[in-house]
Amino acid sequence: MFAALANPHRFMAFSRWAAPICGLAAILLIVPGLWLGFAAPPDYQQGTTVRIMFIHVPAAITAEWAYVCLGGASFFALIFRHALADAAARAAAPLGAAFTLLALVTGSLWGRPMWGTWWVWDARLTSVLVLFLLFLGYMALRSAIDDEVKAGRAAAILALVGLINLPIIKFSVDWWNSLHQGESIFTPGGPKIATVFLIPLGLMAVGYLFAFAALWIERTRTEVWRRRAQSLAVQAAGR
Amino acid sequence: MHDKYALFVWPAYAVTALAFAWMVLDTLLRARAWRRRAERLEKAPPGPGDKG
Repeated sequence: MFAALANPHRFMAFSRWAAPICGLAAILLIVPGLWLGFAAPPDYQQGTTVRIMFIHVPAAITAEWAYVCLGGASFFALIFRHALADAAARAAAPLGAAFTLLALVTGSLWGRPMWGTWWVWDARLTSVLVLFLLFLGYMALRSAIDDEVKAGRAAAILALVGLINLPIIKFSVDWWNSLHQGESIFTPGGPKIATVFLIPLGLMAVGYLFAFAALWIERTRTEVWRRRAQSLAVQAAGR
Repeated sequence: MHDKYALFVWPAYAVTALAFAWMVLDTLLRARAWRRRAERLEKAPPGPGDKG
């Protein structure tokens, strides 16, 4: 499938339908997720702040997935010099930055009433802040170099180096003492969250991932058009 | 939901709504702008130096 979609013409034909289908799937998951989230009872310890979980955890999961996509696309762009992979990497970065910022801001709004502080230099929070800086650094590096090919390669190397941050985020709550709660969904014994919270959380998380997919595909299409327009403009200027 | 935590819960949802609105609008507006530009350049008549 990936080999077939590596062809820009095939990708454009496929993505014309894939983006709206993913967007529709996101709406169909997020709307009931929000409904069930607001219908859920307050948590016996956290009260109504538990509702922040339905937007905070999906944002954090999507932010990490966005970086996996950025790293994967950067790998193909760097090793196989594939232009579409480079376009996909460039398209993923601003979305990843937005989802990471959402995770940080909603986490802070959740932390203030529960921990008594907006921010703490805790391993989980700091590693997610590093993830945000990696997205910003990737975009800044691409913008700083005029030659798009060189910019793409330099940014791809940065993206690949930054992949080391993903296991640090994941295991930070196990490796270090942390204010942030430990893993409570993907645990060996099954989720530790009550079903009444788990269902809206699952709907929202999958909905966020579909929303990211829709936006990423559309932004990759835009990148293909941008490069096409610039190539045509250069041709026109040479006439 | 108007308890003592409303001051934290509603801003979290508001920020999320704003971020989604920005992501969707920015994505669609950029897509439309570049698609139109590429289509306009493709339809542009060839210059005098063009062959074929």
